[in-house]
Amino acid sequence: MAISNSSPYIPNTSDEKIAMLKTIGVNAADELFKDIPAGFGNDLSSLPSGLSEIELYREMQILSERNMNQSQLASFLGGGAYRHFIPSVVRHVTGIGELATAYTPYQPEVSQGTLQITYEFQSLVSQLMEMDVSNAGMYDGATSTAEAALMACRIKGRNSICVLDTVSPTQLEVIRTYTEPQGLTVYTTDHKDPRIGQDTACLIIQHPNFYGYLEQMEDLKAITQQNDVLMIVSTDPIFLGMFKSPGTLGADIAVAEGQPLGISLSYGGPYVGLFTCKTEFLRQMPGRIVGKTVDTTGKEGYVLTLQTREQHIRREKATSNICTSEALICTAIVAYLACIGKNGLKHIAESTYHKAHYTASLISEIPGYSLPTNELFFREFVVECPVNPKTIKATLLNKGILAGIDVSDRFNNGLMISVTEMNTKEEIERLAKELSKIKP
Amino acid sequence: MNPEDRYYSTEHEWVLANEDKTLYIGITEYAQEELGDLVFVEMPTVGTVVESMGKLGEVESVKSVSDIYCPISGKVIEINQEAVQSPEIINEDPYGKGWLVRLDPSNPEDLNQLMSASEYETFLESLGH
Amino acid sequence: MDISVPGRIGIALPPLDVPEQPLPDAGKLREELSLPEVSQGEVIRYFTNLSQLNFSVDTNYYPLGSCTMKYNPKINNELASLPGFTEIHPLQDIETTQGALELMYDLQNLLANIVGMEHAGLSTVAGAHGELTGMLMIRAYHDSKKDYRRSIVLVPDSAHGTNPASAAMAGYTVMSIPSDKNGNMDIEILKSHCTEETAGIMLTLPNTLGLFDPNIVEICNYVHECGGLVYGDGANMNALLGRAHMSTIGFDVLHLNLHKTFSTPHGGGGPGAGPVLCNDRLASFLPTPIIAKNNDLYSLETPSASIGKIGGFHGNFGILVRAYAYIRSMGKQGMLDISENAVINANYILARLKDDYYLPYDRNCMHEVIFSAKPQRSKGVRALDIAKRLIDYGIHPPTMYFPLIVEEALMIEPTESESKDTLDYFISVMQEIAQEVESNPQILKDAPHNTPNTRLDEAKAARQPNLRW
Repeated sequence: MAISNSSPYIPNTSDEKIAMLKTIGVNAADELFKDIPAGFGNDLSSLPSGLSEIELYREMQILSERNMNQSQLASFLGGGAYRHFIPSVVRHVTGIGELATAYTPYQPEVSQGTLQITYEFQSLVSQLMEMDVSNAGMYDGATSTAEAALMACRIKGRNSICVLDTVSPTQLEVIRTYTEPQGLTVYTTDHKDPRIGQDTACLIIQHPNFYGYLEQMEDLKAITQQNDVLMIVSTDPIFLGMFKSPGTLGADIAVAEGQPLGISLSYGGPYVGLFTCKTEFLRQMPGRIVGKTVDTTGKEGYVLTLQTREQHIRREKATSNICTSEALICTAIVAYLACIGKNGLKHIAESTYHKAHYTASLISEIPGYSLPTNELFFREFVVECPVNPKTIKATLLNKGILAGIDVSDRFNNGLMISVTEMNTKEEIERLAKELSKIKP
Repeated sequence: MNPEDRYYSTEHEWVLANEDKTLYIGITEYAQEELGDLVFVEMPTVGTVVESMGKLGEVESVKSVSDIYCPISGKVIEINQEAVQSPEIINEDPYGKGWLVRLDPSNPEDLNQLMSASEYETFLESLGH
Repeated sequence: MDISVPGRIGIALPPLDVPEQPLPDAGKLREELSLPEVSQGEVIRYFTNLSQLNFSVDTNYYPLGSCTMKYNPKINNELASLPGFTEIHPLQDIETTQGALELMYDLQNLLANIVGMEHAGLSTVAGAHGELTGMLMIRAYHDSKKDYRRSIVLVPDSAHGTNPASAAMAGYTVMSIPSDKNGNMDIEILKSHCTEETAGIMLTLPNTLGLFDPNIVEICNYVHECGGLVYGDGANMNALLGRAHMSTIGFDVLHLNLHKTFSTPHGGGGPGAGPVLCNDRLASFLPTPIIAKNNDLYSLETPSASIGKIGGFHGNFGILVRAYAYIRSMGKQGMLDISENAVINANYILARLKDDYYLPYDRNCMHEVIFSAKPQRSKGVRALDIAKRLIDYGIHPPTMYFPLIVEEALMIEPTESESKDTLDYFISVMQEIAQEVESNPQILKDAPHNTPNTRLDEAKAARQPNLRW
């Protein structure tokens, strides 16, 4: 009887291997590795033995339960990733093997599923943003913004990037990581009184901004025009279910973190960056793009197009080095938007708005708590607290509440609270009640 | 094959002299065949001064990008907008409607450094074609 | 979406359970929202039908060179879907995410051990993202030495396009180094290009010809002697799992593609993950965060001279979970079995097809084999035609026209997860196609014949872009 294989993922039996080695003309598999110089091998010293599926599941379940998950807590955490509703349809679609285990659609005849879904993704994202064209997605929202900054510098032939001081610190840091090594300069400016310096290619605006508030977009548009710089808007897709889009507000390039559109939080990824621009800038856009065409019989079909922008053709002169991106997350977003639909997205955006404003109104009535500004917000806002927000967060965590994000670097004892349609009235009132118990 | 009324470069561009001493520049039949279906052409703006064998522009097929070199130095005085709008005419008629730019040469005598049609054909044979 | 009908809904949503709040002035609000209106059953049918137009690893043999399209174990997806992994927010306090951090900490160590490097960071989400990060770390290293002359990165002419593109994004000028007639790097030319301006070299090991360059140690030494650093593109690491100690060989930093070597599904173009591994010299430059362990508490830390944040949060955690599960199920022996079977399978194809297709480098290969359809081209059939004809037999085309230095290249990577039966079928099909080149070349040029679309007009797509409805 043959000795059983060690892994269910490797089919060759030892008999088959012996037969294949004979065909190859070597006595042992080691001969095929002879080019690896002696003394440079690896002993895999700290690698444990393999696990069966039963053992693996048990171990991983224990690990997973060592995390406190959002459904066990009342969560008011935002800051760039949000807990919105995910219809079960989305998980079903991303689980379809023919979508999940396909390669990048370089061979269009055997990839029409992925390609048509990507074309739908580009269409839906363009519609949502009310921008001319969309690519097939970037890694995440922050890298989208950074790539937009690089694109603006190429278009304008200039070397400085102006960022409003209300853009998320994470996005700002990623912009710096991506651009400064190329000799580009990044500087920030007051969002209420922006000053555009010399040699500047673009103004980067987050709308709603990191703290949740809407920017004065008409004024900012006028400033970008006066200074002949591109207007880059980093926005939020759920916000667009209710509020004016970047396209309507005059953006040249509009980007967003796509996660709120049906993507699980998953400790920060995988997410996807949405990336759109005006048609005139299409050839400077990074990332993959799908286009509709016809086949030799005249039947409609889809292909990857405008590929000469990309690294596999233009190499060091490409618009970006991006290759593998987040296609299956784009698929999830198409499934989400198809399922949620026109009325659903509006409903979710409005529920989020009403719940966030209800939460703010409850907290503002608690003695010692105040709202630092009357600027318009959507789902996230800042509360100035009677004590250090660290204390509040720790106290409320003991009560099963994730209270929000500490923004005391900008606001006096500032706590940033995020509310979505997933937060129930009971959770909101419990948050207010627990906050009211905290005395200075 | 390659028309005898013009000059050729080793980078597969052709040059045709007009009576007014200006030059038409395009790419050869061999070049368009090697590049495949052209989908995009990028040309300099009128007035640009280009050095001999300096980069004149770019042509793109579906899966390649190639620089077009200027076989002779001079100033660009006209762009073939039709070729920019519909690059397929470069494939269809590289020596006629598919010309790329008209140039005012700085040293017209430099033309003599380029190849004749028969020399170009010998050159192509040396490439193994 | 052409199945949309006004009034249909795909999901029921609950009524608002809090009092309505005052709305802002209408000038701020959106007037038009053009999204589909589709019932739920139609949504499912729409996606299921579209999925059936794809080839995929679950349905087809996928010998796609340099892409390592191996079987993606289903248990790994299920584990990544546990609520304890999917429903955690990246900004939760670390006390509430110790399980996730422990997994990431262990994965850092496992990956480092498997390839023989000292440190790992997991925040990069794709291979090219890892490449960019590695090049930024090399730049930060030279800057820390106040060595600002180093502006050139050497890249072999056989490299993936992402290599030069990543070097350029890191602000470097790229210089291409040719390969010699055996498919190795031309050492003499390399020597002549190593100068005080050399920031480093980007190498793929085994190289993109599927060959292990026997001079690799010497190459790394030359670059180091002139003050440059060595970057490794881990795209081909399936050949070397558990068999090479990359840091001892001379690599300073490298990336891995978890969506290739570590079996996470390719997703039709992502999500993947591209962890970056490095030696002690570069550890302090890793992007933030890395996972540390102190007194049994796992935490997110920023290395002392970090290049900073390279993405929004901590990387593609959902992909990291799958790769961790894969490594744990394969274990130590499994790693060796992967590389052994991947290399045997590739050499078996090499041995059986070398009489039918031209083998530009006639020596044993590692995990993939490159043939050239040069002889077939002289009969008017191109590599593209052969690739498209494979589709008629239910096989995904191999990688074509890459690496650029092989004319009419067909790059075949079988992976370890394919059986001898599948390889024998592939071989017989390739032999059949070689016959067809002689007997009926037109059938190749018209291929594929049974797909939803015949060959598509890519020129039209690029000339008149139609990118949305």
